[in-house]
Amino acid sequence: MKIMVAIKRVIDYAVKIRVKSNKSGVETINVKMSMNPFCEIALEEALRIKESGRASEVVAVSMGPAQCADTLRTGLAMGADRAIHVDTQAAPLYPLSVAKILKALVEAEKPGLLILGKQAIDDDCNQTGQMVAGLLNWPQGTFASKVVLDKEKQQVTVDREVDGGLETLCLELPAVITTDLRLNQPRYATLPNIMKAKSKVIKKVTPQELNVELKSDLEIVEVNEPPKRKAGVILSSVDELIDKLKNEAHVI
Amino acid sequence: ISTLVLAEHEGGSVKASSISALEAAKSLGEDNSVSLLLAGSGPSLQEAAANAASCHPSVSKVLLAESDRFVHPLAEPWARLVHLVQQKHSFSHVITASGSFGKNVLPRVAALLDVSPITDITGIKEPHLFIRPIYAGNAFSTVRFSGSGPCMLTIRSTSFPPPSALASSKSSSTASIDQVDLSSLEEDDAIKKSKYVKISTQDTDRPDLGNARVVVTGGRALKSAENFKMLEKLAERLGAAVGATRAAVDAGFVPNDLQVGQTGKIVAPDLYMAFGVSGAIQHLAGIRDSKVIVAVNKDADAPIFQVADYGLVGDLFDIIPELTEKLPDKK
Repeated sequence: MKIMVAIKRVIDYAVKIRVKSNKSGVETINVKMSMNPFCEIALEEALRIKESGRASEVVAVSMGPAQCADTLRTGLAMGADRAIHVDTQAAPLYPLSVAKILKALVEAEKPGLLILGKQAIDDDCNQTGQMVAGLLNWPQGTFASKVVLDKEKQQVTVDREVDGGLETLCLELPAVITTDLRLNQPRYATLPNIMKAKSKVIKKVTPQELNVELKSDLEIVEVNEPPKRKAGVILSSVDELIDKLKNEAHVI
Repeated sequence: ISTLVLAEHEGGSVKASSISALEAAKSLGEDNSVSLLLAGSGPSLQEAAANAASCHPSVSKVLLAESDRFVHPLAEPWARLVHLVQQKHSFSHVITASGSFGKNVLPRVAALLDVSPITDITGIKEPHLFIRPIYAGNAFSTVRFSGSGPCMLTIRSTSFPPPSALASSKSSSTASIDQVDLSSLEEDDAIKKSKYVKISTQDTDRPDLGNARVVVTGGRALKSAENFKMLEKLAERLGAAVGATRAAVDAGFVPNDLQVGQTGKIVAPDLYMAFGVSGAIQHLAGIRDSKVIVAVNKDADAPIFQVADYGLVGDLFDIIPELTEKLPDKK
């Protein structure tokens, strides 16, 4: 069985972002870019399933401008066998289009599992996995914190982080899984593996070759900074705090 | 404008977060006919339907989907259900709360309907113009939906609180209740591929984190699950919900559903008290809309103090017991 993992290139999680002064978006020039942390977890899970002998190949895919190939290279260094880059150039890419491209890739590659991060830390949409599952008419296990694959029964059991606790679902393969934070601890790419990754293949395709039309029914009108909270006061004792909460803030 | 609100119910009542979704529907415009969709089976569904018919003055119709397929809120049958309902009624908007249910279901339906969903919105400027946080709330994006519809939204429930008068004055008008025709539901084979196994929850009589008036949160500095009990005592005293940072959840001190932040719960209580929380941006994303923030930390340089209204620098193992003792009992 093959596993496909979708990977997004985003501003590194440790970077403090800056809104552009013309409000058109967030500054990305000369800003460190990395693999979305949730996608690292998705790739790690695929690699662990392969290493346990229950999958034969891990294919990493990404879409966006040429630089996405760098992020895929990181995925190959972590251990993915090969990669596919769908070059969408500079066109704005929303989750619906991404889901359509993924559907086309799944139909070409026929994986038994498609694993994605539950959300990207840039737009915080949390949509793509659910959407591609809908388009493929596959079952979905979102916000996974545990994944157990039963190769013989062709089933996967997923623990999901939901509002009230942990929900367990059993899905027939093929299925879509999106990963939450506690699923695993992603590995670092070692130097030998980084060297080895240089000879692995990144295939490049275009949306046209996949017969996917990138339509857009969304428009980002502007991006603004959040309202600032003003810093408060440092108090000296519990008694003073209780007094303030009672007589100044009136919240207790 | 006509709006479909996907509602969750529990113990025979519509959940508070779904009432917030109705508030959001109301703010779309004056002449908005709002239908509320409920699914489930058995007496609890009937009870919830009666509650739904009078839970909010905006509701003009309750659509009821009764089937064993909806005993648990699985995405596959729910997505097909909403698809069926939308094809029949052609709503201009579909709204649900941005909890684990809405996040799971709504994008799947949007894909079936070939529209882009807009998730976790915090503001409605015009019927097709919305505000949503990006980058963990470090920026806000104004988004216009330009598709042919429906416009599909999940709303952050803390941004659309129902007026407090709503709970006391039970709506005088009662909406009609219609059954949804589910005869074609079983034609979808995806719904047979997903099976509910179980849910593990922790029973607690404390208020729900998402709606509590007071929230107390602990970070990694609490050091153990045992020490979290100290915080629970304080919460009891205040009638508060307990939350935690990602670090505290990852360390195994408390279960995952207590996590507050970018990828956990978003809270907006009147009073938020953080103990031993450093204030990572991902955590601050979840508390930004709290009215009053109190921070207790022994590190005077912790970033949490930059957003706190009141700060106390000191050892939380001294301060929590002292607070618990001195605070007025809310029970």
